[in-house]
Amino acid sequence: MAWSETLPLRSSEDVVTVRQRVRMAADREGFRLVDQTKIVTAASEIARNTVIYGGGGSATIEGVEKNGRRGVRITFEDNGPGIADIELAMKDGWTSGAGLGLGLSGAKRLSNEFEIVSAPGKGTRVTLTRWR
Amino acid sequence: MDKIPILKLGEFLLVTVQVDMHDRLAMTLQDDLTERIVASHARGVLIDISALDIVDSFIGRMLANIAAMSAILDAQTVVVGMRPAVAITLVELGLSLPGVRTALNVEKGMELLRARMREVEPGQTAEGQAAYGEGRVQQADGVE
Amino acid sequence: MAQTSTVIPEALLKHEASLLSDWVAKQGKTGPELHKAAREFLGAFREGAQSGSLDSIDGAAWEHAREVLTDFSIEQSRQGVSAVEVATFILSLKEPLFALLQRLYSQQPEIVAREVWNATRAIDQFALHTTSVALKTREELIARQQSEMLELSTPVVKLWDGVLALPLIGTLDSERTQVVMENLLEEIVRSGAGVAIIDITGVPTVDTLVAQHLLKTVAAARLMGAECIISGIRPQIAATIVHLGVDLGDVTTKATLADAFRIALYRNGLQVTARAARNGGAPEPARG
Repeated sequence: MAWSETLPLRSSEDVVTVRQRVRMAADREGFRLVDQTKIVTAASEIARNTVIYGGGGSATIEGVEKNGRRGVRITFEDNGPGIADIELAMKDGWTSGAGLGLGLSGAKRLSNEFEIVSAPGKGTRVTLTRWR
Repeated sequence: MDKIPILKLGEFLLVTVQVDMHDRLAMTLQDDLTERIVASHARGVLIDISALDIVDSFIGRMLANIAAMSAILDAQTVVVGMRPAVAITLVELGLSLPGVRTALNVEKGMELLRARMREVEPGQTAEGQAAYGEGRVQQADGVE
Repeated sequence: MAQTSTVIPEALLKHEASLLSDWVAKQGKTGPELHKAAREFLGAFREGAQSGSLDSIDGAAWEHAREVLTDFSIEQSRQGVSAVEVATFILSLKEPLFALLQRLYSQQPEIVAREVWNATRAIDQFALHTTSVALKTREELIARQQSEMLELSTPVVKLWDGVLALPLIGTLDSERTQVVMENLLEEIVRSGAGVAIIDITGVPTVDTLVAQHLLKTVAAARLMGAECIISGIRPQIAATIVHLGVDLGDVTTKATLADAFRIALYRNGLQVTARAARNGGAPEPARG
């Protein structure tokens, strides 16, 4: 029932691999196509952040269950510079890089549960969960 | 490094994205395409994304960039074949791709580009209708 | 404690055939399936009791027995047998089993008492197990039927080449709207229709979430290269939309389906003209 796998996130090719593995996980948990697409897209956004801003890290994909509902949870971890102002980083359109600034806020909208833990110099951990 | 092939169809360029693009590949496509527009004097670009099962903000931005850059180079860009699940997700993500023209498939995208060119270049007569409808004028005559 | 001292595996081994026929005889109805399940379960029960404890049926020793019952429960509830009936099947093993123990150990009442208690605990747990499996199967069935009904209740119809319509009737909840909208977008791709009309004449009220789903659908259709027109917005709904502060933005809205259809035809380069203007008002032809 419970399973998980951890994948490295070092390059933009790794982001593609994470997308594919999340798709397989969502499919295995019986997600409908639209819900699969949403969690894969959310994962893609955060995976890219881990590579670009976090200087690389890892993604752990797991099947979860709560109150009889099946879901997929992905935890992204890096040891990068961290985020000083999470509230600001979560705002639509805010970006420290060249992106559209939709990464964090968009991924949050595409997930049912979203958690971000970060501090300057302490790296960043983002957890996304979507229920079937 | 692998590349996404760009096909020339008369005055238009056709790009069919077949693979799950990683970011560098998307950037390469963006550069290749602008170069090809200039080199081939293309007047329109069709980007077929019907094989893509996700479009995230990065690929969305690439599509918007291509549209904006090609407009400066006097070429119209039409993104065709976006899947429903992808479109729903993009909307949820907060991306509406302003400035990017869209069509259901390559054929309709081509109609849209041709109608657009008739509009921009007078000489050929086209009824002053919305760009969308113009490609259908002939059929309309047949029905009436 | 019970693990070492139980005599149940031995009793089962020696008297399996007679116990099986007594048990099956207790069932209101019989059939090859029921007989097979009973036989398999008795075998698995003996295995479990030999290697595991009768205190709890959770361990690996009882896996086979649980599987046999799970399969049986799923099969039975799919056929419409109630959870109570499925549980009764397993509970009815008690009577013949107790009778057997009584017969074998009539001289040692303390063994009978102990073993009856052992058997009761295990069998009760198995009964709970079947009930939970049966209920879950039912829930899945209901969920599937609900989603089938959702699809049935919202047909996407073709009004003309290149023009689809989705007449919505009844209360829209968030989930239904979502499913309906996805179907519409799928149908747009399938048919290649450039215009889709969402008619909400038959919808009594619209809440914020539903209004947002409608808007998202219009936006998604636009990304795909199609246009959605919303028609049949009744005055109360228009007022609600304004009160809710939902911005319909540049979505094309029309009061009636007829108005929306006219626009849709126009977008396709078509228009409806009176016959009189064209051929002098000929009498009603076979085809209008």
